[in-house]
Amino acid sequence: MTEQAFIELDRVEKVFDVRKKTGFMKRERRQVRAVDSISFGVARGEMVGYIGPNGAGKSTTIKMLTGILTPSGGRLRVAGIDPSRERTRLAHRIGVVFGQRTTLWWDLPLIDSYKLMHRMYRIPDARYAENLDRCVELLELGALLDVPVRQLSLGQRMRGDIAAALLHDPEVLYLDEPTIGLDVISKAKVREFLRDLNAEQGTTVLLTTHDLQDIEQLCSRVMVIDHGRLMYDGPLAGLHEAGESERTLVVDLERELPPIEVPDARVVKVEGPRQWLAFPASESAAPLVARIAAEYPMVDLSVREPDIEAVIAKMYVEQAEKAVS
Amino acid sequence: MGAGRLYAAVAAGGFRRYATYRAATLAGVFTNTVFGVVLVYTYLALWDERPHLGGYDQAQAVTYVWLGQCLYATLAIQGGGFEKDLMERIRTGDIAVDLYRPADLQLWSLASDFGRSLFQLLGRGVIPFVFGSLFFPMALPTDVTSWAALLVALLLAILVSFGIRYLAALSVFWLMDGTGISQAMMILGIFCSGMVLPLNAFPGVLGDVVRALPWAAQIQMPADVLMGKTDPLHAYAFQAAWAVVLLTAGRLMQSAATRRVVVQGG
Amino acid sequence: MGELPRWREGLRAYGLIAGMWIRSSMAYRMSFVITVIGNLLVTGLDFATILLMFSQVHSLGGWSLPEVAFLYGLSATAFGISDLVLGSMDVLGARIRDGSFDTLLVRPAPVLAQIGADRFALRRLGRITQGGLVLGYALLHIDVNWTAGKLLLVPMMLVCGAAIFGALFVAGAAFQILAQDAAEVQNAFTYGGTTLLQYPPAVFGKDFVRGVTFMLPLAFVNWVPASYVLGRPYPLDLPPGAEFASPLVALAFCALAGLAWRAGLKSYRSTGS
Repeated sequence: MTEQAFIELDRVEKVFDVRKKTGFMKRERRQVRAVDSISFGVARGEMVGYIGPNGAGKSTTIKMLTGILTPSGGRLRVAGIDPSRERTRLAHRIGVVFGQRTTLWWDLPLIDSYKLMHRMYRIPDARYAENLDRCVELLELGALLDVPVRQLSLGQRMRGDIAAALLHDPEVLYLDEPTIGLDVISKAKVREFLRDLNAEQGTTVLLTTHDLQDIEQLCSRVMVIDHGRLMYDGPLAGLHEAGESERTLVVDLERELPPIEVPDARVVKVEGPRQWLAFPASESAAPLVARIAAEYPMVDLSVREPDIEAVIAKMYVEQAEKAVS
Repeated sequence: MGAGRLYAAVAAGGFRRYATYRAATLAGVFTNTVFGVVLVYTYLALWDERPHLGGYDQAQAVTYVWLGQCLYATLAIQGGGFEKDLMERIRTGDIAVDLYRPADLQLWSLASDFGRSLFQLLGRGVIPFVFGSLFFPMALPTDVTSWAALLVALLLAILVSFGIRYLAALSVFWLMDGTGISQAMMILGIFCSGMVLPLNAFPGVLGDVVRALPWAAQIQMPADVLMGKTDPLHAYAFQAAWAVVLLTAGRLMQSAATRRVVVQGG
Repeated sequence: MGELPRWREGLRAYGLIAGMWIRSSMAYRMSFVITVIGNLLVTGLDFATILLMFSQVHSLGGWSLPEVAFLYGLSATAFGISDLVLGSMDVLGARIRDGSFDTLLVRPAPVLAQIGADRFALRRLGRITQGGLVLGYALLHIDVNWTAGKLLLVPMMLVCGAAIFGALFVAGAAFQILAQDAAEVQNAFTYGGTTLLQYPPAVFGKDFVRGVTFMLPLAFVNWVPASYVLGRPYPLDLPPGAEFASPLVALAFCALAGLAWRAGLKSYRSTGS
C-alpha cells in the first residue's frame, strides 16, 4: 500500500470564464485554464519551491490548497482533507503567508492580532506563550508588538505575518511570494527562519516565489509551473540541466582578439576586447576559466547566472517544439 | 498649453473617471429614485394638510423633491466629491506634491470636481428626475427661458457647493483628521440644503437662518428659479455672493496652508 | 480536533472579533463618547425632520406626532440594532477589491461571522439610543388600550425588525460579491427602508404599500403590527392575525438571506474575484 502524500494533487484543474468587451455591446467569452491538469505529491517535512513566471498559476494553486478557490476538476487533498469541502477543519492545520497582503488586522496593534488568533485557533495557553516568545525572539518583533499593523514597514509586517501563521503549530506552511519587496537583510532573516523551522519542527513548507535565490537557499526540490502546467518537478540542479540553461562567462582580454576557442563553451558575442561565452549551467566555471587563462591574455572576468524566466521560457519552447515534431 | 485648455482637460478627466464607475452610478440612480419616491409621498401628505406650505403648491413640492434627488450627487450634498481624495492626500502628506505643481490647487480641484458634477448630473441625476416627471404631477415650466435660468442657477450652485467643500477639505491641514469635519458636512449638507424639507417650510427663526446660509444656494435657489418662485436675479445675487465669499476664503486658506505644509508621514 | 456546530463556531468567532474591536474603541474613553454622541446626532436628524414637519402641521396622513414617533422609534431602534450587529457588512465590496477577503477564507471561522464582526462599531449605540428615546416618548403619549397581545408586540417588533434589516444586510453583502461597486443598492433598501417605515402607511400610494407588504415585506417591521396596536386600519386587506406574523416574515427573510450568502460565497470560491 503506497503511503499517502501529505499534499496530493491529481490532475487538478482551474478554469476561469473571462469576459472581454470586444465592441459596444458585444462580449467575448473565453476560458482561461489557470491550472491545467497538475499532479504532484509533497511528503511531510519537505520544503518545496513552486516557481514560474507571472500568471503561471502559482497563486491559483495556493488558493486551491488553502480552500480559497474550489478546483474545476481533479482531486486535491491536504492531510487527507478536501480543502473545498472542509475549509475550516483544514484551516486549523495550515498556515499561510501572503506576500502582497496581510493576514493581520490592519488597524489593531500586532499583539491584538496574535491574541485573537490565540483564541480563534484554540491554541493551548502554554503552547501559545511558548510559540509567541520564540517567534518574537527569532523574528525580532519585541518592539513592534504594540504598533498598529498599518504603521509597520513591509519587512516588519512580513515578519509579523510569518509569526501569525505559525502560532498554532500548523503542519504545513504556504508562503506566497514572502520576500517580495524586502531588503537584502530582511530576506536573509526570513530565509534563515524558514530553514530552521523546517529542520527543527518538521513543518512542510511550500514556497512560491519569483526569486531564484529563495529557492537556491531553501529548497532541495523545485516545481516549475508555466501556463498552468507543471514543467519540471525535481532537484534544483536538475532544473538547469533540464532547461539546458547556460551561464555566461564574460571575459575581458588584453586586446581585441578573434573569438576564443575552447571546448564546452561557445562565444556568443564579441565587443572589442570583451567576449561573452556561454557554457552549460551545470558545469563549474573554474576549469573553463583556467583553460582560457592558460591560453589567452585575460585581464578580468565575471560570471552571469541564467535567470529563471529564461530557463523556463526555453523549457516551454522546447516542450512546444516537441509537441509539434 | 494655455491654462484654459489645461483645466478643460482636468475637467474632462474628472468626467471620464466617474463615467467608468458604471455599477456605482446605476446603484446611485436606484437609490435616488427610491428616496425620491419616499419623499414625494411624504410631501403629498404634508401638503394635503397645509396646501400652501412654504409658498408651494403640491406639484411644486413634488418638483422640489425630484430636483433635490437629481442634484444630490451633482452637488455632493452629503459629500463624496473631490474633497474625499483631497482630505486623504492632506492627511498622508502627498499634498506637498500638489502644492508645488505649477497649476493652482483650487482651480485644479474645481475643474476636476466640475467634470464629476457634470457627469453625475447627466449620467445619474437626470434619470430620477425624468422618472418623477412621468409618475408624479410636477410643476415644470414649458418656456425655454425658465430652463435656461435654471442652468445658470445650477452653475452657481456648483460653485457654492465646491466652495464649501474646499474649505472643509483644507481644514484638515489644521485638524489632521477629516472624519469629524466630514460628519459635520454630512449633517449640514442634508439639513441646510433643503433635502429633507424645503427651506421655505422651515418655521420661524430657524427658517430665516437656514435660508441665509450658503447651503440654501444649492437646491432651494435653483428650485425657486425653475418654478418662477423668485426673481432669478435675486437668486443669482445670493448665490454669486456666497460663491465669491467661499472661494475667496478658500484662496486665503490655501495660502495659509501652503505656508504651513506639514508633511505627515504614514 | 472537535469542532462545534457551525452556528456556534460562528457566534464564537463573532464574539472574539467584536470583543477585540470594542476593547480597542473603548481605549480612548473621551473620544468614544464623542463618537457615540456624533452618531446619535447624525441619525437623530431623521426625527428632527419629522419634528420640523409637525411644527407646520398637526397630523400626517391622519396620524398624530406621538403615533408617527411610535413608528419612528420602532423602525430606528430595530434598524439601529441590526446596524450595530451587522452594519459593517456593507464594506464587503471594498474588501474584495483590495484582496483582503481571501484572508478570511484562510481562517478557521465562518466567513459571515468574520465579516459581520469586522470593525464592530460600538458608536452605533447612538442610533439605538435616539431611537429608544423617541420610542419611549411615543409610548408615554400614544392613546392605546393596552392588552397583553399589544404589549407583547412592541418587543416583538424590535426583535423581528432587527432580524429583517439584518437579513437585508447579509443579502446585500452577498450581492456585493457579484457586483462590488453596487454597495449603494443595498443602502437603498436598508436606509431607504428604515426611512420609509418612519412614516405612516396611509401616506403612501396603495400600490407602493402593496409592494412593501407583500413583495418585500418590510411592512412587518413596524407598519402592520403598529397599526394594530394603535387601533388604526391598515390600508390593505390583510388576513386576521397578520399583525402577529412578523416572526414568520423575519424567519423567511433570514432563511433567504442565508441562501443568498451561501450562493455568493460559493460563487466567489468558484470564480476568484
